Amino acid sequence: MGKLTWSAIPFDQPIPMTASAVMLLGIAAVLVWVVLKGHLPYLWREWITSVDHKRIGVMYCMLAAVMLVRGFIDALMMRSQLALSTGGAAGYLPPEHYDQIFSAHGTIMIFFVAMPFMIGLMNFVAPLQLGIRDVAFPTLNSVSLWLTASGVLLVNVSLIIGEFARTGWLAYPPLSELQFSPGVGVDYYLWALQISGVGTLLSGINLATTILKMHAPGMSYTRMPIFCWTALASNLLIVAAFPILTATFAMLLLDRYLGFHFFTNELGGNPMMYINLIWAWGHPEVYILVLPAFGVFSEVISTFSGKPLFGYRSMVAATMAICLLSFLVWLHHFFTMGAGADVNGFFGIMTMIIAVPTGVKIFNWLFTLYGGRVRFTVPLLWSLAFMLTFVIGGMTGVLMAVPPADFVLHNSVFLVAHFHNVVIGGVLFGAFAGYTYWFPKAFGFTLDERWGKAAFWCWVIGFYVAFMPLYGLGLLGMTRRMQHSVEPSWTPLLHLAAVGALIILAGIVCQAVQLVVSIRTRQRRWDVTGDPWDGRTLEWATPSPPPSFNFSVMPNVTGEEAYWGTKQRAIKEQRLADEPQYVPIEMPLNSPTGFVTAFFTTVTGFALIWHIWWQVAFGLLGAFATFVVFAWRDRVEHEITAEQLAKIDRERRRVRTEALANRVPPA
Amino acid sequence: MIGVLNPAGPVGAGERIILYDSVAIMLAIVIPTMACTVFFAWWFRASNTRAKYRPEWSYSGRLEMLVWSIPTLVVLFLGGIAWESSHDLDPAVPLAGQTEPLQVQVVSLDWKWLFIYPQQHVASVNQLIIPAGVPIHFELTSATVMNSFFVPQLGSQIYTMAGMATELNLLADHPGDYGGMSAQFSGDGFSDMRFTVTAMPQAQFNAWVGTAHGSPPLDAITYAALAADHTSTNAMTFGSVIANLFHDILVMRPIAAAPARDGKGS
Amino acid sequence: MSSSEATLTDRAAVHDQGAKPSGQPSKRILVGYGFWVFLLSDIIMFSAIFAAYAVLSGATAGGPSGAQLFHLNVAAIETACLLLSSFTCGLAAIAAGVRSQQWTQLGLLVTGLLGAAFVALEVREFAAMIAHGAGPQRSAFLSAFFALVGCHGIHVSAGLLWLGTMMAQLYAKGFRADIMRRLLCFNLFWHALDIIWVGVLTVVYLLGAGQ
Repeated sequence: MGKLTWSAIPFDQPIPMTASAVMLLGIAAVLVWVVLKGHLPYLWREWITSVDHKRIGVMYCMLAAVMLVRGFIDALMMRSQLALSTGGAAGYLPPEHYDQIFSAHGTIMIFFVAMPFMIGLMNFVAPLQLGIRDVAFPTLNSVSLWLTASGVLLVNVSLIIGEFARTGWLAYPPLSELQFSPGVGVDYYLWALQISGVGTLLSGINLATTILKMHAPGMSYTRMPIFCWTALASNLLIVAAFPILTATFAMLLLDRYLGFHFFTNELGGNPMMYINLIWAWGHPEVYILVLPAFGVFSEVISTFSGKPLFGYRSMVAATMAICLLSFLVWLHHFFTMGAGADVNGFFGIMTMIIAVPTGVKIFNWLFTLYGGRVRFTVPLLWSLAFMLTFVIGGMTGVLMAVPPADFVLHNSVFLVAHFHNVVIGGVLFGAFAGYTYWFPKAFGFTLDERWGKAAFWCWVIGFYVAFMPLYGLGLLGMTRRMQHSVEPSWTPLLHLAAVGALIILAGIVCQAVQLVVSIRTRQRRWDVTGDPWDGRTLEWATPSPPPSFNFSVMPNVTGEEAYWGTKQRAIKEQRLADEPQYVPIEMPLNSPTGFVTAFFTTVTGFALIWHIWWQVAFGLLGAFATFVVFAWRDRVEHEITAEQLAKIDRERRRVRTEALANRVPPA
Repeated sequence: MIGVLNPAGPVGAGERIILYDSVAIMLAIVIPTMACTVFFAWWFRASNTRAKYRPEWSYSGRLEMLVWSIPTLVVLFLGGIAWESSHDLDPAVPLAGQTEPLQVQVVSLDWKWLFIYPQQHVASVNQLIIPAGVPIHFELTSATVMNSFFVPQLGSQIYTMAGMATELNLLADHPGDYGGMSAQFSGDGFSDMRFTVTAMPQAQFNAWVGTAHGSPPLDAITYAALAADHTSTNAMTFGSVIANLFHDILVMRPIAAAPARDGKGS
Repeated sequence: MSSSEATLTDRAAVHDQGAKPSGQPSKRILVGYGFWVFLLSDIIMFSAIFAAYAVLSGATAGGPSGAQLFHLNVAAIETACLLLSSFTCGLAAIAAGVRSQQWTQLGLLVTGLLGAAFVALEVREFAAMIAHGAGPQRSAFLSAFFALVGCHGIHVSAGLLWLGTMMAQLYAKGFRADIMRRLLCFNLFWHALDIIWVGVLTVVYLLGAGQ
């Protein structure tokens, strides 16, 4: 069994044992409930083997939500340890443990919360907005999802068996080399991310192809919804940046497993090269995360202002500019590595240039609100909070883009405050806005507004209370990743930050309650027509939830804001467009390929971590066999008859004709 | 309150000016933007019948010009500041001073800081004693993993990396104690990797060097013990240092068990 | 071909050729486009390894350098094998276009043999270097060499595995539309590996040996 022995389980450490026990009990409870209630066949048939982009999108978001809880618990532990360690106390987390927690926190939040959430939203929404039936490669989509889940599983297994990396979320060498990190922690990190990284890359290829090549008839690029543009930019960045991550991690793995010398201290290794490569990926990564969020805000602000997005073409140009520029700024993550004034100055200026298209977007959102009829729904509240919060984070970012400013702020908790400011204020708020906005489309009923607003206020207030103190602490000289406080002057701010974390906890609890309450009282908030928000884009033309094929007949797009134009015409003429001609269509068959592949990659990953070589061979063989079995399929699609299409569509038309007749014009 | 906003030297002072100026410039845009966000959202709320609803208004050439120009101008301005200050405050740039700079060699170990004074042939651990008002020229490396030498009140930090020598110039205007730390996570003992910079009048510094010569030598055995001991955080002083210690650490040559050079002769 | 095969092929062919009534591009176009995007991402991955090689090419740590290690005649033979295999792969594609099972299989077989020869020569080169103490653990330069050339070699080996599977599929199922799409992808992959090899040959062997 390679290096694996019973001593890999930390029986003597109460915290991971308790955490593992809770996790295992939770998983067991869910599994038992599912099996006893007889849901397993349904889950297997309709969800696990699904290649439907909507189901896959939902599963990505569910994965992200669960991991948000895990990552947040890590955050609570970090904040409480720091708060308790003021005044010279030891706190309750020794460094060996604390170091794993902050490494896991960052890794989980970026790779297994933010990424899956954005990919999930893009998966669910983009094909609907484009007026098509699915992504370009549906089975590959399923593979991507399950590979991500495989990475999640490996990271969580590290809690029970072995340890996690103690290097921070980017695992800089030489600390991450075998000499300084001899345990399995860094290997868990590397293999989990390699596996899920492949999934993400495949997803990027899939969505980029979809958005570039598959549109409803009449939808030219300049008639594409802005969310699809930001999704395109994000996926192009994935395709361009993730291979760098794969290559860099492969090099570190070669160092650790085969004694290579890419980044070691001896025999010519170059740790600085790792830092350059990893940030050449790392900076585009944050734009991969934030661009879809920007897309969400564009859609939400436009819909809830009752106006088209202001300056659509400018927004598109700004998006693609950000996409390109994101590759030219990576050195600002290590101004203090000593590259010299010319290099530092160049990258500082490039970093500021990227603030221009971002600023343009903020102004265009402002002018979308201007002259609108603003409805303060929960998604719009998130958008407003984003606009106020993100500019602060952007400001501190541009501040640190001035190299000498960075010389005194680098790696302090001021930096930590900055990136939480933009990631929470941008990506997470965007995720929450998108979640609330598209929830009725996915499930057929809207979320409870009151609990949504409670969650909103807790999150926003909690965020400010938790992170504004960190700006102050950074200016007081507090470095990041400290396991205990060393200055009495830091105590009040550390305590305040801990309180902020608790307020955010209240926000998360509100979101959980919101979900339970919304499901329980869903009859009060059915989305009957499929257009609960008076939307402007094509996803609102479908029933909620849409049938597997999305549109019985692919819509003909004649102008910008495809659906809005159709709707206005229908309102003017007081009737829907004529019933279309229904023709049978082919939809892809569900397939266990994704799930089975991920099973083998998990087996292989675990085996690689613990040096169980026969198991590695078994896993690789299994993965190859899965590929061959998949390739050998004769039947890949099933037909949906014209009658089935007609039946579903006629029901949709009936509901909408009724809604049209009962429509109350706005004041 | 001590920290980045209370600089005790010209480098830190220069950096503080940049912090204040940059924030002020950006606030000039950020505050109106935030105010407009709140105001527009409130004024154009659906229930406000006085607000004019413009459902077709989604483009204005003049506004686009404005919207692209404002960030561009701010960025041009800040970019100029970034370029100029990167050069003025480049860590390798020597500082103006009436005296010759004091040479200090810095080695980051697990988990402590070793300071070698090549001109004085003394060394210390976790305590950096310097003359006030004198420019200090640092040469830095690491005997293990990456760290970052940082004294917030004196200004810029710089990474320390094995096999590489980085360069830094700092100056403490007045006598005092200034806290220092590692600002790049380096493992389990990282949080305790603190040191104190004590600036004192030149005469007092010279006296300290004199008494330091009486301290035990930093020979190969002592250095090996220092490197191997992962818990030591007490301040130490050494009366003599192995010749070329910093250079040997830098090129990763094993530190030979040769007798330590006496500071007085050589 | 049996009649059921013909039906499957024809229906798929209708799906495949040109735009469907819904205005969507054909599966062949979509698959080809997506595969190109994948190839571009793979080239970016190689670029990162090329960059690492460039940075580390001087880090010989007192050990042997490229000039001392590389045998250009071997590299020439490897290049000939690979480029020739691309040619035969193209021939196989043409044979598949005219639906000739025999010639397609022959073309693919020769492609595979030439590719296997390439891999064998490379493995021999690696083994010899390791035996002479110039393995990847010797220096950062050698780590980069083995990683770059080795990564390409692994891609070729994976390609050979894919090739074998394709040959089996063609034999078992004939020239079905989806199998033809996969053959297209394989061709793209194989030719792209050629392009990468030209880069490796130039940057590693020609520039290295010239120093």
